[in-house]
Amino acid sequence: MERLKNFISKAYIFIILLFLYAPIAVLIVSSFNDSKSRVVWGGFTLRWYRGVFESDQIMDALFTTMIISLSASLIATVLGVMAAIGISAMKKRSYKAVMAVNNIPMVNADIVIGISLMLWFIKFMPLGFMSVLLAHITFDVPYVILSVMPKLQQMNVSVYEAARDLGANAVYAFFKVVLPQLYGGILSGFFLAFTISMDDFVVTYFTKGAGVDTLSTLIYGELKKGIKPEMYALSTIIFALVLIVLIVVNIYSGKEERAVIDH
Amino acid sequence: MSDVILRLDGISKSFDGKQVINRLDLEIKKNEFVTLLGPSGCGKSTTLRIIGGFEKPDEGCVIFEGKDITALPPDKRHINTVFQKYSLFPHMNVEDNIAFGLKLKKKSRSYIKDKIEYALGLVNMDGYGKRMPMSLSGGQQQRVAIARAIVNEPQILLLDEPLGALDLKLRQKMQLELIKIKKEVGITFVYVTHDQEEALTMSDRIIVMNKGIIQQMGSSKSIYDEPQNAFVADFIGESNIIDGIMKRDCLVNIQGVDFECVDVGFGKLEPVDVVIRPEDLTIVKRGEGYLDGTVISEVFKGAFYEIVVKVSDYEWLIQSVNPAAVGSIVGLTIIPDNIQIMHKPISEDAEVIKDE
Repeated sequence: MERLKNFISKAYIFIILLFLYAPIAVLIVSSFNDSKSRVVWGGFTLRWYRGVFESDQIMDALFTTMIISLSASLIATVLGVMAAIGISAMKKRSYKAVMAVNNIPMVNADIVIGISLMLWFIKFMPLGFMSVLLAHITFDVPYVILSVMPKLQQMNVSVYEAARDLGANAVYAFFKVVLPQLYGGILSGFFLAFTISMDDFVVTYFTKGAGVDTLSTLIYGELKKGIKPEMYALSTIIFALVLIVLIVVNIYSGKEERAVIDH
Repeated sequence: MSDVILRLDGISKSFDGKQVINRLDLEIKKNEFVTLLGPSGCGKSTTLRIIGGFEKPDEGCVIFEGKDITALPPDKRHINTVFQKYSLFPHMNVEDNIAFGLKLKKKSRSYIKDKIEYALGLVNMDGYGKRMPMSLSGGQQQRVAIARAIVNEPQILLLDEPLGALDLKLRQKMQLELIKIKKEVGITFVYVTHDQEEALTMSDRIIVMNKGIIQQMGSSKSIYDEPQNAFVADFIGESNIIDGIMKRDCLVNIQGVDFECVDVGFGKLEPVDVVIRPEDLTIVKRGEGYLDGTVISEVFKGAFYEIVVKVSDYEWLIQSVNPAAVGSIVGLTIIPDNIQIMHKPISEDAEVIKDE
């Protein structure tokens, strides 16, 4: 009986993982398949990957994606940290209100954000690289605030006051004493923003205008013309990149938690 | 007046329209151990934070060595603070914590090293220099916090309930150590606590506060022996506070019986508050004391018995080394010196806080 229970619970987890990852596994396998057909295995090849790296179009899109996600997440991190500090100093009521407002963009449908940002931007600027960047910063900031806030709440105000008391001016006390205690939250906020920027499609699609393509919008465009195996390779690369970032974040925050428990 | 190091001049402070400190005047002398004592919310911590520069008073000024420092930020004052708890920088080890202020003052490395060693010795923490704050106990953290403040050689050290988070045994040990440290470094200590025992043990002078007003200032002994109003009497130690009527100088009527006392200067037949400490009452045989009453409870407290004797509608609290049988009728007596007479409170602010 006990063994049966054990078996069922394991099988259950296996099925869940299967549904989640089997499609991705198929994608990855297909990216190494030397046959253009999706159902025939034609042997192992890296030629689709070569195709990816030889295509100027894809390389341009990769470059744009990296630039946009990196700079958007960096700028969002700076803005988010400043915002979080301001919000945490608010009175309880305003604090709750602002945090609720902060959460809306995260649960809001991407398409709503995409269309509204597009409408907003065309009033002021041509759609293009800048509008995509601004859009990404906009939806990244709430994630940074959300990851930094718990660290701020844990921090004791008297730590800042102690630094002032010992002769530090406000700026020195902030960088030397307050900021170091937020590092964990800032880093995970940055990575979270980065991954979300990297695989965003909907908002980018609506705000990019003509001529600019990130990887996701490029793949979408290519798929309309017909499925090319290069796209499998490209998707595999994106998946691997996001996976790596997530693993790094997990290792880092795991380490930090252990460091706290050790004490 | 040259030995006055700090003067508070008509300080008032409100938070959200609620008055926390009300026109407070206070002088602190060089090398004094002053304790601000009072219940939570009495304004004592706010007073300390105003001295430290963490709050600005709405009115009044802070005069430090003859100069007005009211507008000066904390980092520009020769005053350091030991906070309630958890104020060590968690990402720095003990040495770096202690060196923080000295590095800001651009002291030489050898000077800083010597100072760290000296300070760690002073607070009994030799050899802990490389430890991280999180790995220390609450008491050890507070020792480091004291060391961190003292190395800066402040003129005044402010201590905001620094022992509040510690258990009783450790707190008593740390109290004695604080007195020792105070003697060794010879600087002015301003200490905030709600613990009357702590205040009585350590201070040269106690300032009892309630509702943002100073209720009484004086030495531990005078505060305890001669409370000036019912609030102070009630807050400092246990006491019997009962209504009385002053018959004439040195004679007070309590519960219909005339008691000899030593207080003079009250109006004829003036209603007064009478304070009698439980340890000053003596139980005698029925009829041999001023009052007779029934013993309604007796609790063994270790060093003494706590006995309650009911005389008509008032329950007298007595601390006695001898037991008394519950239900028996006994007499109570007291020597005139131990009866403390106080004017009835004029304002509501001086009113005793009934058991809240």
